[in-house]
Amino acid sequence: MADNATINTSISRRSFLGGAAGLTFAVAVGPGRGWLISAAEAKTAVHEIGAWVRIASDDSITIITPAAEMGQGSMTGVPIALAEELDADWSKVTLEMAPAEPEIYGYMNRGRKRMQIAGSRAVRSYFQPMRLAGAQARKVLVQAAAERWGVDVTTLTTEPSVVVDKVNGRRLSYGEIAGFAEVPAAMPAVTADELKKKSDFRLIGKPVDRHDIPEKVNGAAVFSIDVQLPGMVYASTVHAPVQLAEPEGWNDAEVRKLKGVVDIVKLERGVAVVADTFEHVLAARQALNVSWTRGAAAEGFDSERALSEDYAAIAERHEATATPVNVTGDVEAAFVNAARVYKANFRSDYGYHAQMEPLNGVARFNEAGDQVEVWEGTQAPGSSREKIAEALGLQTSQVIHHQCYMGGGFGRRTVTDYTIEAALIARSIKRPVKMIWTREEDLAYAMFRPQSYQCVEAALDEAGKISGWRHCVVGDGQNLLTAGIKLDEYYGIPNQLVELRGTSHGIRVKHWRAVAHPPNIFAIESFVDEMAAGENMDPLAFRRSRLAMTPRAQAVFDLVERMSDWGRTRPEGRALGLSVTERSGSVGAGVVEISVDRSRGKIRVHKAWVAVDGGIIVQPEMARRNIESGVVFGISSVLKERATVKEGTVMQSNFHDYQLLRMVETPEEIHVEFIDRDSAPTGLGEIANPFIGAAVANAFHALTGKRLYHMPFTPERVRQALEA
Amino acid sequence: MIELNVNGKQVAIAAEPDTPLLWAIREHLELTGTKYGCGSGFCGACAVHLNGKAVRSCQTPLAQAAGASVTTIEGLSPDSSHPLQKAWIAEQVPQCGYCQSGQIMKAAELLERNPNPTREEIVSHMNGILCRCGTYNRIIAAIERASGEG
Ligand code: FES
Ligand code: FES
Repeated sequence: MADNATINTSISRRSFLGGAAGLTFAVAVGPGRGWLISAAEAKTAVHEIGAWVRIASDDSITIITPAAEMGQGSMTGVPIALAEELDADWSKVTLEMAPAEPEIYGYMNRGRKRMQIAGSRAVRSYFQPMRLAGAQARKVLVQAAAERWGVDVTTLTTEPSVVVDKVNGRRLSYGEIAGFAEVPAAMPAVTADELKKKSDFRLIGKPVDRHDIPEKVNGAAVFSIDVQLPGMVYASTVHAPVQLAEPEGWNDAEVRKLKGVVDIVKLERGVAVVADTFEHVLAARQALNVSWTRGAAAEGFDSERALSEDYAAIAERHEATATPVNVTGDVEAAFVNAARVYKANFRSDYGYHAQMEPLNGVARFNEAGDQVEVWEGTQAPGSSREKIAEALGLQTSQVIHHQCYMGGGFGRRTVTDYTIEAALIARSIKRPVKMIWTREEDLAYAMFRPQSYQCVEAALDEAGKISGWRHCVVGDGQNLLTAGIKLDEYYGIPNQLVELRGTSHGIRVKHWRAVAHPPNIFAIESFVDEMAAGENMDPLAFRRSRLAMTPRAQAVFDLVERMSDWGRTRPEGRALGLSVTERSGSVGAGVVEISVDRSRGKIRVHKAWVAVDGGIIVQPEMARRNIESGVVFGISSVLKERATVKEGTVMQSNFHDYQLLRMVETPEEIHVEFIDRDSAPTGLGEIANPFIGAAVANAFHALTGKRLYHMPFTPERVRQALEA
Repeated sequence: MIELNVNGKQVAIAAEPDTPLLWAIREHLELTGTKYGCGSGFCGACAVHLNGKAVRSCQTPLAQAAGASVTTIEGLSPDSSHPLQKAWIAEQVPQCGYCQSGQIMKAAELLERNPNPTREEIVSHMNGILCRCGTYNRIIAAIERASGEG
């Protein structure tokens, strides 16, 4: 483990590149490039360049990590790929956080370089470029040693951070080489087939401690909420109870008289109170009385009514405009020729990210007012920096961006509205400011996982095979509602019609861990289970014989069957449920064991087993914990989490009425296993939570004979289902 | 000015008596390891020791800490050598890490009173501290490890 675990959020490219003795390998801007360039090339480069890795003569190695850290371990997982091919001694490696410069440090995605860490993208996007860069740097070191010794490069090998000449019994450490060598004018090329074989990995697949953990056990880790600046004041914004209404006026004179109040700043969607201390901000917030514009789109919106009544009507109304998501084969014919047809509807409520750190940002302008420094935790440093500049009417280069640890992200922090507020306030009051949304504000002004209604129908042919699938999703959130209906990743169904029927409510919605997968997989896999029961078959046997399973799905089902001992009868009062999911290139299957307290309507998940095909698992221990986190997150959302809107106003305000899973409700056992693969790594952070809904609902059916059609499975809904 | 002892040092804080201890610690003393999660007593991210007892600092007025001794995560050990901190690293407990100061301070209170807690005792003692990242089972494992070694 690297000691010195500092997260240096403000490395200067120049100081890094022009630094002390040693070898610095740079990376240049260029489409899809993850390649290193030499210092000479860097000097003459017309493009912007940045550092990737530096080897100092004292053997220390510094690697730039481009991956924002919100607990998933990517800031460590990504550079491990570089260190592996460099054959670096990991104990000598220090990590530095890359600046927010996606052109240099980003990965290529949909025609653009991005640093956005979302959709479980970090490891899978950076894996190959980082490996190639590491291999290239290693080549330079070996070449330099060969020249010094006057031997052929092919006679040399490396051990962690040492070049070895076995024939003559000589060794040179990377630091020693860095002391005399220079990065050649033209960097050697490396191709993918020169990379290490999986069996030769020393770091990938082996336990490596996370870089950020030591400072997360002693209070030293810096989240943006922890940043302190000289002369800093505090602020908190009050937004409209009806989301997106705008402020008209407030009791300005009265609030300004309160102790410590520095200023009151009008923002587009809110009013920020500024004071010398945060306790004075809180008091001023209490006293602030804002009148808001009428006519916001959310005005009068009732989420429960929309979900219970309107959505079903929209689904049934055939003239309602539908956006096709997937049209394969001839669905009409499949249903016309069907031997049997099944149909069911599912609902899911709004979900809140509930990251433990309430959203906040710190900002400071320079004297001239033409440069702003911001401190924030963002999943998308590159676009965040651009958006902040845009909001202030500045060039991106006028925004100095400091990335901090995130106290949870879960998809919320790819939009940086909170830091923009901090920057606008700082400009208005001409002082450095720390802007913190209270938890109540974070929830009232949340961006939810959209609520949704799912209508699913399947056609079975004479042989009982699923020949047709209709799936209609209704809600407000466009692709936030439909991403996640990718049946082909696990089942082959020849004729499919997946469509979206959109509506609009004026409520802010956002990606949420695994986006649309949780509600969609809940519908799909509950429905498959219902058909299995209808056909009098074991749920797993039904999936195997009636659905054309992909080989990857087969493998994870086989594994989870073994792990959970699926066929074994459970003790009285316990039952198992099963579900599959895919996400971010990975495929996973899960089983849960539950019990139900019938009088209290409480479901308890006692055990969970998860089998995952995620390609090469770069860091199995980190991956396991990330997946466990997904399981708990999934159970929390499926059993408890529910946001509702009445008269356009979010009804929940804090953790007493938006409840999260607690320790006593956590499964006693969570088992995670991986399929052994030698293929590129795929995403893991969101592979677990999508399957929980259906697995729990299916276990509930196995135990009680009743079905749950509405997430979350609150005590009220559980009791209703039992009485049905 | 309200005087108290924080992590072994006598300090005077210029704040009103009803200021939550949380903000006094975090912003007046700049000991930012103690976290704000809900401000309403629901999450436990703000847990510190007040005269050896774990309290929610967001619900503790500064006046109540006058003359008392407060320990925050920064004062649990000078060098991360508390058995719980070592166990937390060995078990690689934290995900985002935001709740972990509160978790560790709450756990430290438990081991102080009961050096060898059962799993049930751990769960019932720790249940009030939320972890959105779902690290609960790792927390239990770390406390068990620390109690074994402690
Ligand atoms: S911040 Fe004190 S209990 Fe949540
Ligand atoms: S580690 Fe993120 S909230 Fe606990």
